[in-house]
Amino acid sequence: MQKYLSLSLVCKTFTRDAVTTEVLRDVTLDVAQGEYISIIGHSGCGKSTLLNIIAGLTEVSSGAVLLENREVTEPGPDRAVVFQNHSLLPWLTAYDNVRLAVDKVFGASKSAAERHEWTMFSLELVHMGHARDKRPAEISGGMKQRIGLARALAMEPKVLLLDEPFGALDALTRAHLQDQVMAIHARLNNTVIMITHDVDEAVLLSDRIVMMTNGPAATIGEILPVPLARPRRRVELATDRAYLNCRAAVLRFLYERNRFVEAA
Amino acid sequence: MHIGMSATARKLVQTEAAPAGPASSAAATVVAFPAARPPVLAKLRALFGFVAERFVPPVIVLLAIGAVWQLACSHPGSSLPPPSQIITGSWQLIADPFYDHGGLDKGLFWHILASLKRVAIGYAIAAVIGVALGTLIGQSQLAMRGLDPIFQVLRTVPPLAWLPLSLAAFRDGQPSAVFVIFITSVWPILINTAVGIRNIPEDYRNVARVLRLNPLEYFGKIMLPAASPYIFSGLRIGIGLSWLAIVAAEMLIGGVGIGFFIWDAWNSSLIGDIIVALVYVGIVGFCLDRLVAGIAKIITRGTASS
Repeated sequence: MQKYLSLSLVCKTFTRDAVTTEVLRDVTLDVAQGEYISIIGHSGCGKSTLLNIIAGLTEVSSGAVLLENREVTEPGPDRAVVFQNHSLLPWLTAYDNVRLAVDKVFGASKSAAERHEWTMFSLELVHMGHARDKRPAEISGGMKQRIGLARALAMEPKVLLLDEPFGALDALTRAHLQDQVMAIHARLNNTVIMITHDVDEAVLLSDRIVMMTNGPAATIGEILPVPLARPRRRVELATDRAYLNCRAAVLRFLYERNRFVEAA
Repeated sequence: MHIGMSATARKLVQTEAAPAGPASSAAATVVAFPAARPPVLAKLRALFGFVAERFVPPVIVLLAIGAVWQLACSHPGSSLPPPSQIITGSWQLIADPFYDHGGLDKGLFWHILASLKRVAIGYAIAAVIGVALGTLIGQSQLAMRGLDPIFQVLRTVPPLAWLPLSLAAFRDGQPSAVFVIFITSVWPILINTAVGIRNIPEDYRNVARVLRLNPLEYFGKIMLPAASPYIFSGLRIGIGLSWLAIVAAEMLIGGVGIGFFIWDAWNSSLIGDIIVALVYVGIVGFCLDRLVAGIAKIITRGTASS
C-alpha cells in the first residue's frame, strides 16, 4: 500500500499540576490516498486528540505524523477539519464563511471571480447554494454542518478530518448527510479520516475502521477492512451479510473486548 | 434592547388584534360584508392604540407628579419653586435653547454642545485605548497578570478624585475635563473587552489556526467580531458614566458647559434654571445611551444569537 498519510508511534501525554496522563501510546497507522478511514472507540479514548494531532492543533509528545513524507508540525488548510459543533463564524453568512477560507487558501492563485465561482461550487456540493446569504443562527443544525463541510472542502485539503460531524444531528438528517458525504467522496476521491461513535456510520462510510482501545494510554486495538463495493446503499446493506459481519465485528470489539469502564 | 424588542412584539400584537375587533362586530349586523371598514381606518386605530399604550401612561404619571409638586411647593416660603413658577421664571431657557448673548450667557443648546464635545473627545480616546488594552490583557496571560490588579484598583477611584491631579498635570481646565471623562469611561470598556476576548470559543481559534490567519487577520476577522457584543456593552456603560462625570467635572473647571451652567444657576439662586437644565441633561443622557445601543444593534446583528 502506498503511504499518503502515516502516523508512526504517536504518543501523547498531558501534564497538569505534576500529574501526567498518558492519552495515546504508540499509534501507528498508514492511510492511502483516497481512503476513507473511521476511528471508533468509547468516549475518552483519545479519538479527538488523535484527530487534533493529525490536524496539527495538538503537538505529539513523541512519534510523528507524515503527510506526503513531510512532517506535520502545525495546522494548515491541507488538513481541513470539520468540527463537531460546526464552528461557523456566526457574524458571517454561509457564503462569507466559505469565502473566508477560499480567500485565504486561494487568495494568491485565483482571481476574485474564480474565488467566487469556487465558493459557490463548494456550497453547491453540499446543496447549500440557496442558503448562501443566511447566517448560522438562521439555519438548522444539519445545514450548519453542511456549510462547515463546504468550508472544509473548499480548501481542497489533502486530508479531510471529520470530528464526529453528525453526532449532534437527528437520525434522519444524519443519514441524509452521510449519503451526501459518500457522494462527495465518490466524486472528489478525498482522503478522509472521521471520528465517530456510531457503528453503522463507520461501516457504511469507511474503507477501513480503526478501533481504539480504552484509555488511558489508548492505542489502536484492531483495524477492520470493510469489503463492501461502492456505491453503497444503506437500504440494501441492511440485509447484506458482509455488512452485518463487519457490524458484528465492531460491536464485539467495543462491547466484549473493550467494554467502557466508567472513570477508572 | 429588551424594552425595544418587547415593544415591537406588542406592536405586532396590536396590529394583528386591532382589525379583529371591528370585523367581528360588523359580522353581527352585516353578514355579507364583514370587511366593510376600510383598512386605512384599521391601521389608524392600531397606530392610535399603540400611541395610547406607550405614551399615555408616562404622561399621566408626569402630570400626577407635577400636580403633587405644585401643591407641595405653592405655599409662600417654600424652598423649591413649583412647576408653574419654573415655566414662567425660566421661560427664555425653555423656549429658546439657541440664544447667545456672549460670554456664559448662552442658551442650553450651546452649554450641552460644549459638554458633548468634551465627552466625545474623552470617550473616543477611552474607546480606542480601552479596546486596545482590553485586547492585550484578554489575549496575553502575562499582560493580564501584570496589569489586571492595577486596573482593578484604579477603576474604583471616583472620577472627580482624578481632577486635581489632572489639573496639576495639564495646568488647564479643558484637557483636565477630557481626562476625567477618559479615565471614567475607559474601565468598563477595557474590562468588557478583555472578558469578550477571553471568552472567544476555542473553536474559532482552531478555525483561524487551520486557515493560518495571520495575527492582523485574526484580530479583524475573528477577535473583534467575536468580542463585539462584550465590547459594546462596555461602550454603553462607558457613555453613561462619562455623561455622569462631565457635569461634576464642569462644575469645578468652569467655562461653557452644562455642569458649570448648573453651578452658576445655583450661585445665582435660579433654582428654576437648574431644574430645566436637569431635564436637558437627562434627555441627552438617554439619547446617548440609545445611540450607542443602536450602533451596537446594527454592528453586532447575528452575533448575539449563537
